[in-house]
Amino acid sequence: MSSAVQTYSDTTSAVFGRLTWDSFPFHDPIILGTFIMVAVGGIALVAALTKYKVWGYLWNEWFTSIDHKRIGVMYMILGIIMLLRGFADAIMMRLHQAMAFGDSLGYLPPHHYDQIFTAHGVIMIFFVAMPFVVGLMNYIVPLQIGARDVAFPFLNNFSFWMTASGAVLIMLSLFVGEFAKSGWLAYPPLTGILQSPGVGVDYYIWALQIAGVGTLLSGVNFVVTIVKMRAPGMTMMKMPVFTWTALCTNILIVAAFPILTAVLALLSLDRYMDFNFFTNDLGGNAMMYVNLIWIWGHPEVYILILPIFGVFSEIVSTYSGKRLFGYSSMVYATVVITVLSYLVWLHHFFTMGSGATVNSFFGITTMIISIPTGAKIFNWLFTMYRGRIQFDVPMLWTVGFMVTFVIGGMTGVLLAVPPADFVLHNSLFLIAHFHNVIIGGVVFGVFAAITYWYPKVTGYKLDPFWGKCSFWFWLIGFYVAFMPLYALGLMGVTRRMSHFEDMSLQIWFQVAAFGAVLIGLGILSFLIQLYVSYKKRDSLRDETGDPWNGRTLEWSTSSPPPQYNFAFTPQVHENDAWWQMKQHGFKPPQEGFMPIHMPKNTAAGMVLAGLATVFGFAMIWYVWWLAAVSFGALILGAIIHTFNYKRDYYIPVEEVAAVENRRAEVLA
Amino acid sequence: MSNAVATPAAGNGKLEFLVRGEHHPAQGTLLGFWIYLMSDCLIFASLFATYGVLSLNFAGGPSGADLFDLELVALNTAFLLISSITYGFAVLKMQQNSLRGTIGWLAVTGVFGLCFLAVELYEFYHMIHVGAGPQRSGFLSAFFTLVGTHGLHVTFGCIWLVTLLLQLRKHGLIQENKRRVFCLSMFWHFLDVIWIGVFTYVYLMGSMV
Repeated sequence: MSSAVQTYSDTTSAVFGRLTWDSFPFHDPIILGTFIMVAVGGIALVAALTKYKVWGYLWNEWFTSIDHKRIGVMYMILGIIMLLRGFADAIMMRLHQAMAFGDSLGYLPPHHYDQIFTAHGVIMIFFVAMPFVVGLMNYIVPLQIGARDVAFPFLNNFSFWMTASGAVLIMLSLFVGEFAKSGWLAYPPLTGILQSPGVGVDYYIWALQIAGVGTLLSGVNFVVTIVKMRAPGMTMMKMPVFTWTALCTNILIVAAFPILTAVLALLSLDRYMDFNFFTNDLGGNAMMYVNLIWIWGHPEVYILILPIFGVFSEIVSTYSGKRLFGYSSMVYATVVITVLSYLVWLHHFFTMGSGATVNSFFGITTMIISIPTGAKIFNWLFTMYRGRIQFDVPMLWTVGFMVTFVIGGMTGVLLAVPPADFVLHNSLFLIAHFHNVIIGGVVFGVFAAITYWYPKVTGYKLDPFWGKCSFWFWLIGFYVAFMPLYALGLMGVTRRMSHFEDMSLQIWFQVAAFGAVLIGLGILSFLIQLYVSYKKRDSLRDETGDPWNGRTLEWSTSSPPPQYNFAFTPQVHENDAWWQMKQHGFKPPQEGFMPIHMPKNTAAGMVLAGLATVFGFAMIWYVWWLAAVSFGALILGAIIHTFNYKRDYYIPVEEVAAVENRRAEVLA
Repeated sequence: MSNAVATPAAGNGKLEFLVRGEHHPAQGTLLGFWIYLMSDCLIFASLFATYGVLSLNFAGGPSGADLFDLELVALNTAFLLISSITYGFAVLKMQQNSLRGTIGWLAVTGVFGLCFLAVELYEFYHMIHVGAGPQRSGFLSAFFTLVGTHGLHVTFGCIWLVTLLLQLRKHGLIQENKRRVFCLSMFWHFLDVIWIGVFTYVYLMGSMV
């Protein structure tokens, strides 16, 4: 305790806290090079945006927008940008481990390597997978339930900017100071102030705390949206499956993220004020942190995968031309997984020493989760059975997912056996397992969803050739990169190693590195696909708004949908509402339009999140005056915002009629 | 399956697929705020669990029996419980559309909230003064965090209350303000419920150690 206080007072100035010239990476050529590239790229981007005068457009139409569709797209863009960063970390690790054998130490010093694997995990979960999943829910859920927006549109914009704020802090840690070297869940006592006196863990804490506020609020927002704003006639058991999974995921968010907030706050108290929650002395208990963070962490993986199950459900039934097999069993399976996800957290640390009884309980509950999950797989297979299957790109991702996810699920059940886990825990077998389910599940699902709903968002389809390239590179790349890790894990190789002595293992790592290159080509193909599709947008255009002969309400609007989504609120009678409308020869009306009540854009979300970023940065660097000022401004700004009572307006009836008539002309 | 049967809306057997006329979905603010409170409740659940794990880790320092002044805590509990009753009166006045009554009872509520905070700060100051600060042991870390988090909530409740008083004076009992009074009401009563847990589990049981 005293030594921490000692170093603190030695190096902290009143004005800049512990921020000095040494905090900038002048001494590290790799980071400096990256920094110069990013800086040049950033300046070029800003210059281009200024030259083409798009700042006003971006500000008015996107940054301050409270339209759930715009916010959804911004989440997806954030996810794509952070995917590139997270993948850069991945390829650096694979390259380093393929080199660092025997006399070669690789090209990364251990302290840098440790930051990379930590950043990779944090970014991929919190700033890639989460924005993707939240972005999809944002765009799709209100359209699927026939609503004009979410329940709290301003809060939605604020949530996005808080997530972006967390991402900004993480990116900043690359160039100002350092990131945590502790692994993605930052276990103490390693992350205590004695063992990690630097700013790395503080970047971790504040990035996640700020992004966590956004995630929690968007969870509340979507639960209320789905409960309160469904179109008349859409009872719970007539909701599209994606909406069902979104509901369960948001309930999980509301019930899990507070625990993350609490546990990170406790770690902050240990680090900033010498409390003794997780310390080795004075009555702290480090395993309490591990328990608490996994009580959040296990539901978190279901927060990611449940909406993806919903995506695959929509895709399978659309491309098989059939109603989804076993709708109710799909719903119940989702709910059962939601509940069970709270009863398994201890399987992440069977080796804690809680004894055979406790371990058996958590081992068994874990294995039970595979039953509803298996039911889902069978439902998808039976939906395909005797269906008129079209193997478009989303369907390829779906089939790739089913095969890959089942393998990952089986290695998961294997790890759920406590004695097996004692052998395999912390090994590369575990790494292979969770990449197997996260890549094979979440990532494949996100690409399937992007391909499926892209025409809804932009009005033109994605180019199938590059989509197929992306799919095959990802699929093959995944197997080449991660099957060697299963083998290495079974041989006893542990995770997070920056150097190996046993030369016989090197070939496995070289194969894995090659696999990572293939995955890189998959990402590159995806980016090329976006570009090529934009270039060929006229030939890929879809005027109908329903390019795949869809079944749910989002396909009943134009592509892209008007700002108000639906000129008339749909009346629902059955599952697959749009399908039924088409069966009955539904024609959109040409008259009788009314002015539409909509929420107004606001800059408040961005301003408040910007203040939160400054606050986080000040706390990380011990710049107390700035922390106090920005926190005060944050509270004051929030209060001032509540004095604004004029938050809505009416879209005039002429405008609605003009938009709808233009669509009618296109359709005719 | 039963939900495959569609119900004809009009008498002519044709299905109506659109809602003619303006359709406003149900207001969700109160539900949303309630869900937020439940998430807040989980923060407290985590802190209670943490306190449960660390409550006997005195590390050679003082225990709850050494430190807690139950009479002071009883006074504090009374302040908080009375403030909930007065908030209830404010809501009753609001439902009678009495702006003056609402503002008056809310102000009384705020005073009791501040009294609660003053006593709690005194208690904290006293404990730190005798060397029983949060750095002393795991037990005291957990105690200060749990009780302090509750106190921080009361502080934010007071700030919110002042804001609401200003808004009530400015706009009166309009729909938005009524909704806000209900939200703060839920928040205030929620803090009371948490305090019952703190009072019982931390102070009463802690004094028996």
